[in-house]
Amino acid sequence: MTDTWAPSERELERRRVRRARRRSSVLVATAATVVVFALLALGVTSTPGWERVRETFFDPGHARDVLPDIWGVFWKNVLIFLAAEPFILLIGLALALVRVSRSALLTPLRIVAVLWTDVLRGVPTVLLILLLGFGVPALRLEGLPTSGLFWAAVALVLSYSAYVAEVFRAGIDSIHPSQLNSASALGLSRGQALRFVVVPQAVRRVVPPLLNDFVSLQKDTALVSLVGAFDAVYAARDYTAYHFNYTAYVVVALFFVVLTVPLARFTDWLQRRWVEKERAGAL
Amino acid sequence: MNEPLLEVRDLRKPYGERLVLDGVSLTVNPHDVVCLIGSSGSGKSTLLRCIDLLEDIDDGVIRFEGREISDPRVDPREVRQRMGMVFQAYNLFPHLTVLDNCTLAPRRVHGVGRAAAEERARDLLARFGLADEADKHPDRLSGGQQQRAALVRALCTGPSLLLLDEITAALDPQLVGEVLGIVRTEAAAGTTMVIATHEMAFARDVATHVCFLDGGRILEQGPPEQIFSEPREPRTREFLRRVLPTAPGL
Repeated sequence: MTDTWAPSERELERRRVRRARRRSSVLVATAATVVVFALLALGVTSTPGWERVRETFFDPGHARDVLPDIWGVFWKNVLIFLAAEPFILLIGLALALVRVSRSALLTPLRIVAVLWTDVLRGVPTVLLILLLGFGVPALRLEGLPTSGLFWAAVALVLSYSAYVAEVFRAGIDSIHPSQLNSASALGLSRGQALRFVVVPQAVRRVVPPLLNDFVSLQKDTALVSLVGAFDAVYAARDYTAYHFNYTAYVVVALFFVVLTVPLARFTDWLQRRWVEKERAGAL
Repeated sequence: MNEPLLEVRDLRKPYGERLVLDGVSLTVNPHDVVCLIGSSGSGKSTLLRCIDLLEDIDDGVIRFEGREISDPRVDPREVRQRMGMVFQAYNLFPHLTVLDNCTLAPRRVHGVGRAAAEERARDLLARFGLADEADKHPDRLSGGQQQRAALVRALCTGPSLLLLDEITAALDPQLVGEVLGIVRTEAAAGTTMVIATHEMAFARDVATHVCFLDGGRILEQGPPEQIFSEPREPRTREFLRRVLPTAPGL
């Protein structure tokens, strides 16, 4: 029967029905998409000021002109992100672990961790960048870097590590206590249980909110232009000031979008792989 | 009783390369208690999941209350309003109290008012010895209590067919008794059930009809006396010898 199986009449009929329904749902999806976007485009282009807006924000000539300028400095934004991210993850995880630890000896560290998250998460990132970017170089301390860009990046690390620490802590708290129990039952210490059992599961769970913070950080690298660092946003502002045309801002916005998309796809892929491996069968 | 409640014909279901159900046919009349027995991986759970439309089938027909439910045009939610299912791992919602677990479907799906739903749920919970646990969260309960709560949750909507998927597999023998006691009560009250189980004594006791599954087929079926006392197939005999210390034909 296994080898000679051919779908029954009923099954073939069912497949026809399914195909027809799929076809009609594709049709509905296409029609809905076209109508919605057409209406949107119509709505925007029929506004009274559209001609002016198009000239000031979407001028192809200006876009072509500013492209090399932005391309030439955009690596700075990427570099800030790439350099800050490992520190943010490390400090964030360390803060979270300190906060869930039980050891009496770590009490002072726990207090520091609480203050860290409370204060650094509370201060607006813009202010933190201004304070550090202008303040620390003004101290004229020997041996410390004086570049505003460096201190702005440090400010980003401080601010984001506080956010990421809370994300990690929520992830750790979300793991059912039975996992900690079974790890203890195997003779693992609390630290080992965290390291080998709880944190690996917590990390898988918090990947989507972490990605959120990553994307947010990628965009906030734009804030370093406030302390005089010549990054992509600064370049765009420069161009705008000379040519009285805002197309440069749209171009630099597109740069940021393009930068964040691969990361989003990568985490999607990572999540899917974990789900396939660990959630086989929905029992 | 001229119309069967559930009729499965030539059901076929592959998982990738492996054929889990290979031409299964089964008829369940009102007030029947059908027990599916067989070793792990013989297709018992998959059959139940197909009946509840949790799995797409490859071929075959499933009819329920006189209507073909394997038709893609049938809304599965409508079917499941008339069917209850209980899982091996309880699958209670941990963020809701036991009572809220039991009133969720009656209130949100069946449109029963809060007061009426809670009254019925409390009534059923009390009957199954869970009156004191109604306002606790599932994690606070023992395994046997959780499984009884899951049974109550399935019964609260008044389904015409109850599917039980190895509901005692995760429980120790003492708790098995308290869960099966409820199933026995329900069976005696005339609830139609299809039960996948490893509890042979229970199956012999409560079933009106026993099906032995092997390699994705129903190899043998009949009343429990026949299957357990004089099985026809050598495979059935071998299986029963393994699971029953005092099996026939030894």
